[in-house]
Amino acid sequence: MNLLSVRDVSRRFGGIQAVDNVSFDVPHGAIMAIIGPNGAGKTTLFHLISGFLRPDRGSVVFGGAEILGLMPHQIAAQGMARTFQQTRLFPKMTVLENILVGRHLHSRGGFVACMLHLPFTRREERAVREAGREILEFLGLSGQADAEAVRLSYGQQRMVELGRALACEPRVLLLDEPAAGLNMRETAEMGTLISRIRERNVTILLVEHDMSLVMDISDEIVVLSYGQKIAEDVPSAIQRDPEVIRIYLGEGDA
Amino acid sequence: MSAYYSLVVLGLCILTGYAGQISIGHAGFFAIGGYLSALLTTHNLSAHGGPVVSGLAAMGILTRRPDLYGGELLTVHPWPACILAVFAAVAVAYAIGGPVLKLKGHYLAMATLGFGIIVYRIVLGTELVGAADGIYDVPAFPLLPGIAVSGKSSLRVMNYYVAWGFVILGMVFLMNLVRSRVGRALASIHGAEDAAEAMGIPTARYKLKIFVVSAAFAAVAGVLVTHYNGGIGPSESSVMKSVRYLAIVAIGGMANLWGALFMSLILNYLSLRGYFGSFDDAVFGVILILIMLFAHEGLLRRQLLDQIRGAVIRRGGGDDP
Repeated sequence: MNLLSVRDVSRRFGGIQAVDNVSFDVPHGAIMAIIGPNGAGKTTLFHLISGFLRPDRGSVVFGGAEILGLMPHQIAAQGMARTFQQTRLFPKMTVLENILVGRHLHSRGGFVACMLHLPFTRREERAVREAGREILEFLGLSGQADAEAVRLSYGQQRMVELGRALACEPRVLLLDEPAAGLNMRETAEMGTLISRIRERNVTILLVEHDMSLVMDISDEIVVLSYGQKIAEDVPSAIQRDPEVIRIYLGEGDA
Repeated sequence: MSAYYSLVVLGLCILTGYAGQISIGHAGFFAIGGYLSALLTTHNLSAHGGPVVSGLAAMGILTRRPDLYGGELLTVHPWPACILAVFAAVAVAYAIGGPVLKLKGHYLAMATLGFGIIVYRIVLGTELVGAADGIYDVPAFPLLPGIAVSGKSSLRVMNYYVAWGFVILGMVFLMNLVRSRVGRALASIHGAEDAAEAMGIPTARYKLKIFVVSAAFAAVAGVLVTHYNGGIGPSESSVMKSVRYLAIVAIGGMANLWGALFMSLILNYLSLRGYFGSFDDAVFGVILILIMLFAHEGLLRRQLLDQIRGAVIRRGGGDDP
């Protein structure tokens, strides 16, 4: 059963066809990776799926419903969470508060209810904080709960961002280069973390540059080049694919 | 009065400091509230004898009172006038907030400034609201039996408590809001709007709602000040008033309701007592410029207070390991 189906999605920026007729399916419970050289259209594809950009044509079906044309927050409400290539943590908020924002979809209190501090918002707030602390424990960041998020090390900031997306309890999690800027040890930790997230029954779609990470954890890999899908297969087959090797190691008959 | 102006500042503080949406048009909302309630409570309807007027009078929405010359005035009662005035401000905030809040930063500032100027020119140029003279002889506002907002010297002490009651109520509402999921959502919009959207927060709707809440605070303050002063003039809607509110939010530490309240009470008190003389507007302009140059996150920031507290504790604690 496919949780997410991307069909013939295209997007042009001026004279550049950033994403060109890309189709693939993400099965339930899988870890799927999108790889490709710089400028292959990976991040654009992510923006198209999560609603931050509108495709020129194509269709994205998520959990049986078309989500193309919805606002990003509506797509998030359907159960899709994402992280960003450059960490987008909320400054001036603690680690815990950052995570708590991720619980937004799992609480109800509106402006008036919150201003009046009604009993149900109080109960809700307790539940939200409990869930937030559970996430911090999962990430191993409980000790940093009250530190200002942007003061953590870069690797920890990426973890917090992941935790924030996880707090949404998404059905599918989109990770945009989760290992970007991380050292080898941190990358390995990130890989373990992503595998542990899958055990929480979350399907994962990630864009990644770091081959070691992708090869280790993904079930299936989609390769993009100049906006087009040129391969889709299991990691071991992708590693041997001559076309993929050509675009990664450069042209040439050498 | 300083307390009433603080309501505007608190409303603006939550909009600008917490949600990160600047407004240089809040005096406009203040004026809409003040002028509309002044107009409704002073405009004599006894000449219009139609069934609508007598019906409204029978329902208690209109009220009779003697005028200065021994005649009788038939005007709208302050309560329905107040409700109508605040609703009008809310409606205007909804109408202009929709398109205007799509703008960010300087552009949003310019658009709200434009709104403020429009309101100012309208009240200045409309005979109905007294043009440059404004509206005077606004009656007291009987909030509850025995409690009225009025500038009469016999009621001065009571009004002092009434005003503080409003400030405390406003403060409680906003503190609750800041500490809630909505408050976090607003802060997240300030911090990283796209990430907030990705977390499922409808950012456009939240920005509009907080803009409207903030406008409602300004309008309520406008109504109360007008009844307290017994009148309102066009200077209340001038751009310099909006700049003043913003300057106070800035010096109060932006995202710091207590700082804004504290600074508002001090600065409005000094200003109303005339300590700044004819440099009144200039003082607030200079404050805003200095804050933007040297401490654009505001003066009474929480971090700063924490640092000071930390330093004091360290010194007091002496030889911590």
